Amino acid sequence: MELLLAVVAGVLYAAGLYLMLRRRLAQLIIGLGLLSNGSNILILSAAGVTRATPPLISDAPMGADQFADPVPQSLILTAIVIGFGVLAFALVLAHRVHQSAGSDDIDTFGTDATKASPNEPERA
Amino acid sequence: MSLTLPILLPLTTAIALHLLPQRPRLLRMVAFLGALLSLTAAAAILVRTQAAGIQVLQIGSWPAPFGITLVADLFSALMVVMAGIIGVAVTGSSFAGVDPRREGLGYHALIHVLLMGVSGAFLTGDIFNLYVWFEVMLIGSFVLMSLHRTRAQLHAAFTYVGLNLLASAFFLTAIGLLYGQAGTLNFADLARAWPERRTPGLDAALSMLFLTAFGIKAGLFPLFFWLPASYHTPPAAVGALLAGLLTKVGVYAMIRVFTLLFPDPSASVYTAVMVMSAVTMIVGLIGALGQHDLRRVLSFNLVGHIGFTTIGLALWTPAALGGSILYVLHHMLVISTLFLVSGLFLRQRRTTDLRALGGMYRAQPLVACLALVPLFSLAGIPPLSGFIAKVAVVGPMIESRHYLLAAISLAVSLLTVLSMARVWDEAFWKPAPDQRAGSGHQPRLGAAILAPVAFLVTLTIGLTLAADPAFRAATTAAEQLLHPDGYMRAVLGEGVRDAAR
Repeated sequence: MELLLAVVAGVLYAAGLYLMLRRRLAQLIIGLGLLSNGSNILILSAAGVTRATPPLISDAPMGADQFADPVPQSLILTAIVIGFGVLAFALVLAHRVHQSAGSDDIDTFGTDATKASPNEPERA
Repeated sequence: MSLTLPILLPLTTAIALHLLPQRPRLLRMVAFLGALLSLTAAAAILVRTQAAGIQVLQIGSWPAPFGITLVADLFSALMVVMAGIIGVAVTGSSFAGVDPRREGLGYHALIHVLLMGVSGAFLTGDIFNLYVWFEVMLIGSFVLMSLHRTRAQLHAAFTYVGLNLLASAFFLTAIGLLYGQAGTLNFADLARAWPERRTPGLDAALSMLFLTAFGIKAGLFPLFFWLPASYHTPPAAVGALLAGLLTKVGVYAMIRVFTLLFPDPSASVYTAVMVMSAVTMIVGLIGALGQHDLRRVLSFNLVGHIGFTTIGLALWTPAALGGSILYVLHHMLVISTLFLVSGLFLRQRRTTDLRALGGMYRAQPLVACLALVPLFSLAGIPPLSGFIAKVAVVGPMIESRHYLLAAISLAVSLLTVLSMARVWDEAFWKPAPDQRAGSGHQPRLGAAILAPVAFLVTLTIGLTLAADPAFRAATTAAEQLLHPDGYMRAVLGEGVRDAAR
């Protein structure tokens, strides 16, 4: 199981980074999503995968191996929430950028930014 | 309780700013008062930390490794005070006028959200909590950067968001691996548990992940390219906030995590830090010389001088790290002031292109003199704070026989002088190229827009006059960082360290 999770995390990282290196806005966003899911799975597998052991302590005496560590689960939960919020923001921003640029090719943006910035009037 | 105030006060202010009637004058006043209160709370923490040592607060009274801990050692306290100072200057500058559209979209509240994230990152004693504060701070800065209408600003914001999210993913990965091996997230507990559980392979992987994540945030070579591509587009006040605080949070996190987790000065990662810092200085300043836009010149100077703030970590002596900490304090003040100065030009000429500027000295000599202080201070001209900070950084290099590093630092200082002299010459001294703009056409700068600049300039001069106490505080902070026993005792309690053995 741990091997499977490790491979899945690796594939998600590789796919995420590959997509982030592409020139399309949409692919960058999808890449970000894959990357954050990859790190969630990595946290889960790095902390040790246990089977059928809820992170609950009953009244009866229990050994340390009879309940799962709750911390990685809470970390992942926090990371999912943060990742979701940030991804939603990035999606809206990408939509605005796409609207203003009329293209989803990232390479055309940089040149525009350098040319446009000194001349565009703006209030301090 | 008091350790939570620099986090709770901005939070309360941000909520209040959303609930209050949306009248500009009221919002500006509340935002400014909130920032003043945060600064007061931060100053109280600094005073207490200096008098009584490291301050610790266990949230919810959970004992240290189990709950979230807030810790203020001297380094944290100094940084929180700096964040408070920049918060006051930036919120103060809004009295001179903010784009009404931006103000309607929660500009003031966002500044406080960002300040909350920054203070939280400085005060937390838990590495996952540090990640959360990073995200709070980033989302505040993302929205602040994207509240713009021009294409260039949107595109710059997108670059900024993409690269910073990538850095966050690296940071989260490193935290996951670290927890898997060490089984704890508390900084002090990590410093205790990590040396027994580290393996060389994991050590190398983690140090590189942390270096990449914090390097992107701090703007170290070769990871800084997002910074000059995005910091020149937002309005001057936002630029001052981001330039003064965000990269320094990256530097802070780097110093904090590396001194606690990798307390081995011969580790190869410190060679990497040293090379990256030195190349950052060179590339940043050469980049600055090639730019024609004042805010781009400042962005590249910001990058170049980050090298001075991380080099102390590589040298690993109290004097060198203290020098770097002093440099961080000086640089936060000065670079924020300069971004606010660029706002003066935006207000008066609607551009920061150096070729189109000029004649400021003739038009308003007092304003020019005000701007001269941060310019000369950044350049490191004695007796200003930049000179003292540079002495504090370069001196230990010579003592530890890193002559090449010292030579690079001094050469880079010379390039900074050149860069700043060019700004002074082009923007202030030369006659205005457009005579119509140079005559009565331009509005005079009022007290409202000058006051924040004057406030920061006063503090720069104050840092110069108080060089000795500041230097001693920085050295003490460095000693606390390099000998984390006190930090661990303060967080985990007496005897925990012995019990674990």
